[in-house]
Amino acid sequence: MAFKNDDDKKAYWKENLALLAKLLVVWFVVSFGAGILLVDVLNQIQFFGFKLGFWFAQQGSIYVFVALIFVYMAKMNAMDKKYGVDEE
Amino acid sequence: MDVQFLTFLIVGGSFALYIGIAIWARAGSTNEFYVAGGGVPPVLNGMATAADWMSAASFISMAGLVSFMGYDGAVYLMGWTGGYVLLALCLAPYLRKFGKFTVPDFIGDRYYSQTARTVAVFCAIFVCFTYVAGQMRGVGVVFSRFLEVDIVAGVIIGMAIVFFYTVLGGMKGITYTQVAQYCVLIFAYLVPVVFISMMVTGHILPQTGFGATLTDGSGMYMLDKLDQLSTELGFHEYTTGSKSTIDVFFITFALMVGTAGLPHVIVRFFTVPKVRDARKSAGWALAFIAILYTTAPSLAAFGRVNMIETINGPDMQGTPYSQAPTWIKNWEQTGLIEFNDKNGDGRMFYAAGSIDDPQSANEMRVDRDIMVMANPEIAELPAWVIALVAAGAVAAALSTSAGLLLVISTSVSHDLLKRNYMPNITDKAELFYARLAAGVAIVIAGYFGINPPGFVAQVVAFAFGLAASSFFPAIIMGIFSTRMNDKGAIAGMVAGIAFTASYIIYFKFINADANTAENWWFGISPEGIGTLGMLVNFVVAFVVFKLTKEAPQEIQELVESIRYPKGAGEASAH
Repeated sequence: MAFKNDDDKKAYWKENLALLAKLLVVWFVVSFGAGILLVDVLNQIQFFGFKLGFWFAQQGSIYVFVALIFVYMAKMNAMDKKYGVDEE
Repeated sequence: MDVQFLTFLIVGGSFALYIGIAIWARAGSTNEFYVAGGGVPPVLNGMATAADWMSAASFISMAGLVSFMGYDGAVYLMGWTGGYVLLALCLAPYLRKFGKFTVPDFIGDRYYSQTARTVAVFCAIFVCFTYVAGQMRGVGVVFSRFLEVDIVAGVIIGMAIVFFYTVLGGMKGITYTQVAQYCVLIFAYLVPVVFISMMVTGHILPQTGFGATLTDGSGMYMLDKLDQLSTELGFHEYTTGSKSTIDVFFITFALMVGTAGLPHVIVRFFTVPKVRDARKSAGWALAFIAILYTTAPSLAAFGRVNMIETINGPDMQGTPYSQAPTWIKNWEQTGLIEFNDKNGDGRMFYAAGSIDDPQSANEMRVDRDIMVMANPEIAELPAWVIALVAAGAVAAALSTSAGLLLVISTSVSHDLLKRNYMPNITDKAELFYARLAAGVAIVIAGYFGINPPGFVAQVVAFAFGLAASSFFPAIIMGIFSTRMNDKGAIAGMVAGIAFTASYIIYFKFINADANTAENWWFGISPEGIGTLGMLVNFVVAFVVFKLTKEAPQEIQELVESIRYPKGAGEASAH
């Protein structure tokens, strides 16, 4: 067992799930929230030459998706180090 | 030099490159054949994944779809990229840690059941064949239009190339070839759009040109102009949709979840050395994909404005057919453009409605699949750009076919033969069967490419729905629940597939006339039903699980061990 004790193992998994939950909330808000459910409301707002809701649906959500994966990568690598389960 | 000669030169040059790479990166063992020895650097693996992922559909059809659907096209843009987030966060790192070659392998071992493994193998093979037939068709269309060879000859040339480097190089050859193919396809995609963006708005970046003002002196935003044109011609406004919100929601979700369950993409995460690399490679892959996916909607909008202005003329009176640009005549020969001079004035006019309907002013039928390939011609770009787009489309089709064929051959040689029927097979013999299976699969795929079944589009909805309602929940539960058992997972997969398949078969094949919003459950179209199928899968699995014994202790320990990265050896047979 790579963890020092069982509590560490539980804590690691709990922290992992909490991070996942946060990132998936953002994922949901930008795509299904801004791009679909609230699109008509956000379309009232002009963002450069775009209606804001349309921009989220066809551009913005994709940029956020890329950012989410890199944030996840950085946070998970830090977490692996903290608990001593990284692959070095 | 004319377009045809340049196309021969550029497409031929790209083929020579792919074959050269395949010879350099031959596979010597099953490990190299299946997962490239697990030794591909993350950035390159990300690039290869992006090429694998972006098929002829992404390259040729997607911008066209968005161009004709406007806002509603966002279901594809968000669906196919958002699914990647699920894959990267919820699946990739754990499957890498688990360290087997294939998705059926994971399902079979995690649910300690040969039945589950076999069900998964057949789902994987079905999904892959559906896809690969479409890719071969894409190759055929490009060859027939640009090289003016017969579609049959086009497909056979494509088959020969893919056969050569899949069978020889396996995953190792494919991975490095795909890196080259990514470069070719992204360059080919961007060049014409950048040109057009500069011409129309003065912006180099199509992503910002999309929301900029026109350079024609009107000072109008490009999208406002497009909205205005669309409503004048009787279409719905470009930036708002015509589908119901619930349908858009469900289709997007089904595409996301279906994408995350596609076997040929999941297997990509077994080719990197470490769990950390799997995470990193997923990030790079989406970044590379996003370059094309954020460009596509700009291309769609520019293409639509250009097309309407070319056909209807700057004064919206219609352009005389005698003065029609050559691209209209070229594509008319392939049957993808049709002109029906209803009012007999000799001028073309494009508007909403069918060209056979006397009530509508529309006289043109333009197939949406030509938007990407005709775009350089519509914008009157130089001949080498047109040739480049042809090479890019072929690269997209070949890279995806190769990835899919590899999954088919692995499923047959590894999951079926080694794990089910011939457990004592030697590494060398397994490699031979893998190559044989790839060869047979290419021939079958080529046959469907030459004689496409009339229902390709319907079958694609099927593939996503199936992946969404079967693989995705089974894998998620396999990772995030230690106690989920074999019976729950199998019952869930069977219920999910049965539900989704019957809904799609009913509306697409049995009673196609009833395929309208009033008849759909909760207003969900067959394209979006996979989302509901996924929920059915989760619920059934949970209920059956509650009624039966939980997974044995050693399986629970196995699941716990994949949750942290330490000790992820190479992906291995066992």
